[in-house]
Amino acid sequence: MQHQHQQPAGLVEELRSRIAGIGRAAPPRGGAAAVIPLGVAAIDATLPGRGLACGALHEIAGTGPDVEHGAAAALLVAGLLGRSGKAGGRGTVLWIVERADLFAPALAGVGLHPDRVILVEAGRPQAVLLAMEEGLRHPGLAGVVGELSGRFSLTVSRRLQLAAEASGVMAIALRRSRRHDDPALAEPTAAATRWRVAVLPSPPPLPEAPETPGLGPARWRLDLARCRGGQGTAGPASGTASWIVEACDAKGRLRLAADLADRPAAPAPRGRAAGGPAAADVAA
Amino acid sequence: MAAADRAAQRLGLQAGMPLAQAQAMIPDLAVIEADDAGDAAALAEAAAWCLHTAPLTAPDPPDGLWLDATGCAHLAGGEGPMLAALCGRFGRAGIDARAAVADTPGAAWAVARHGGGMAAVPPGGMVVVPPGQAEAALAPLPLAALRLPEEIVRDLRRLGFETVGALAAAPRAPLRLRFGEVVLRRLDQAAGRLAEPISPVFPREAINRRVAFAEPLLTAEAFAAAIERLARDVCRALARAGQGARRLDLLFERVDGTLQAVRVGTARPSQAPAHLARLLAERLEQVDPGPGVEAMRLVVTLAEPLGAAQPRDGLLADAAETQDAAPLVAPLVDRLVNRLGVRRVHRAEPVESDVPERSVRRVAALAPPSGRSWPPSLPRPARLLDPPQPVQALALLPDRPPVQFVWRRVRHLVRRADGPERIFGEWWKHAAEAASVRDYFAVEDESGARFWLFRRGDGLDSATGDLQWFLHGLF
Repeated sequence: MQHQHQQPAGLVEELRSRIAGIGRAAPPRGGAAAVIPLGVAAIDATLPGRGLACGALHEIAGTGPDVEHGAAAALLVAGLLGRSGKAGGRGTVLWIVERADLFAPALAGVGLHPDRVILVEAGRPQAVLLAMEEGLRHPGLAGVVGELSGRFSLTVSRRLQLAAEASGVMAIALRRSRRHDDPALAEPTAAATRWRVAVLPSPPPLPEAPETPGLGPARWRLDLARCRGGQGTAGPASGTASWIVEACDAKGRLRLAADLADRPAAPAPRGRAAGGPAAADVAA
Repeated sequence: MAAADRAAQRLGLQAGMPLAQAQAMIPDLAVIEADDAGDAAALAEAAAWCLHTAPLTAPDPPDGLWLDATGCAHLAGGEGPMLAALCGRFGRAGIDARAAVADTPGAAWAVARHGGGMAAVPPGGMVVVPPGQAEAALAPLPLAALRLPEEIVRDLRRLGFETVGALAAAPRAPLRLRFGEVVLRRLDQAAGRLAEPISPVFPREAINRRVAFAEPLLTAEAFAAAIERLARDVCRALARAGQGARRLDLLFERVDGTLQAVRVGTARPSQAPAHLARLLAERLEQVDPGPGVEAMRLVVTLAEPLGAAQPRDGLLADAAETQDAAPLVAPLVDRLVNRLGVRRVHRAEPVESDVPERSVRRVAALAPPSGRSWPPSLPRPARLLDPPQPVQALALLPDRPPVQFVWRRVRHLVRRADGPERIFGEWWKHAAEAASVRDYFAVEDESGARFWLFRRGDGLDSATGDLQWFLHGLF
């Protein structure tokens, strides 16, 4: 992507990164290209830089009853950060919770090794934010995850976003709430992207033998509710883009739901559906 | 007889007995000459040794030690664990120590010697008096708990005072008239109305720097500037010695003669002035400058040789490529630990146990990486409920997954399920688990949400469990 003199596409990329640099507190370490791809071509194509940007704040929440527990959201985040860094996963992740209900074997199950995770029990939402900001000032980390309940104001999120920009560390706010339809989750924040993870009924583990008992991979609907600098339909003004994916596997990779990969997915409101059979893994 | 050890006490001997009487009771009694000077020296040494627990320690002749543990209990995980560790160390050294924590030195002195309200503290025992309850804890104690001269205690008894509470409730003016200031002073000191400074000891060889001010300092900015200067000086001395600080005490000498102290710890030896100054400055809010601080002293109470590989702050970005991440995150871990406490910042490490809640152990955040993980073949939930929550479930015995279950008054119809994964009790840990069995099922309800349920018992033999269902986790 760096051959800007030869390719017009490269020039566009170059200009885009220059525009993205305007107004930042400092140029991000490792260049504007530092992203963690989700590993699904259709989703990555929507995101600026073809992945979730390091040095930015991202917001993830569950839907329905999972807003309270954020279990699927935690697995998504763990799978994503498990692939962060060079050579498929290195660097320490700071994971801040209010009280300890995170089960480390599940994180290891989606590729985030326990040696890489420092868990912090902050006790109060305010302390979670302080610890997040502390971690984001630290360029040595691979990511900072904060599980937040309650409000997350524009000012507070802006502070985190600026801290993430300055250090180049990815910040993830995993929003939780006791209320399933908490209006605080819809309030604007300074996050670069905002995701909702919804669980869907999974198909039979063996499609050719639907009566076989057992559980296949879980199925999620990823809603990209906001994406700063996104392309096409994913902008905040144009509503939500949705994809139906199979949950992270043991290496943290997502894939488009197998039986939907060949045709447009119906449930997505704005039909940004599966990108065809070519949407195989673009593993990190 | 000046003192009697535990073996002597078992034989009925007590301190204060005439020696002739003791020798009459035990003909072959081994008598050691009392050595007051030696005792005092040993007590001072013990006080210096206690510096591993608290920044301000002082001997309290003839048989006590003061520790001002204000603001450093969090490094040991709380006041209770701190006392337990301290008593344990004394116990291993052959000393039966009684320990107490209270708001004031006087209250701690009284409770350690005369019991925490109801019962006497046994040797090696300990009492933690919660904040604000010093007076209540003292009230039922005998007058001897007030550190008053013996004749005053005798006279007070003659006047009908038996407990500290009775004395505290009495009118103050007649007491002052009859006994002078000492009674009221001891009462006020124990209740915290009067400050009682202790004159602390320093470890002889510790690196320490003191800075005195022409004008008493009051503001946080002034303290921060002084901290920076002290940190720079101390780090220079540390660099000459080739050492890094693991624990630092900052003492504030107030104009009124009392001392305040803050303590910070680091996970790895450090000689970076900026890092140490920042750790200390974050704890400034705990300091009460009172009428002003006229001098500050920074003491390195624990130093360790510094590895040659420690990266400087400015090189962090380059060092991020190296394999060992621990030195990089060490300053961050230090700050989080000093703010939240050592138990709140940790890593998880696998334990070879099939019981899910025992398969994770907490280790220090900067412990060397184990390289181990959990077996990847077993599905484990992202959130573990502790303790497991009972649910009502319908299932066919012995080994079918539930058809439906009710959790928090919401009915979930099970569409798909996986299991059972049978987990046996660990009879080598608890005899009661010898027969117990849990059958785990991962189930998905009609909305797609996944749950981790288990049934106590294998469904055939009632000795293995009572067939009650529990929700243990959420995927």
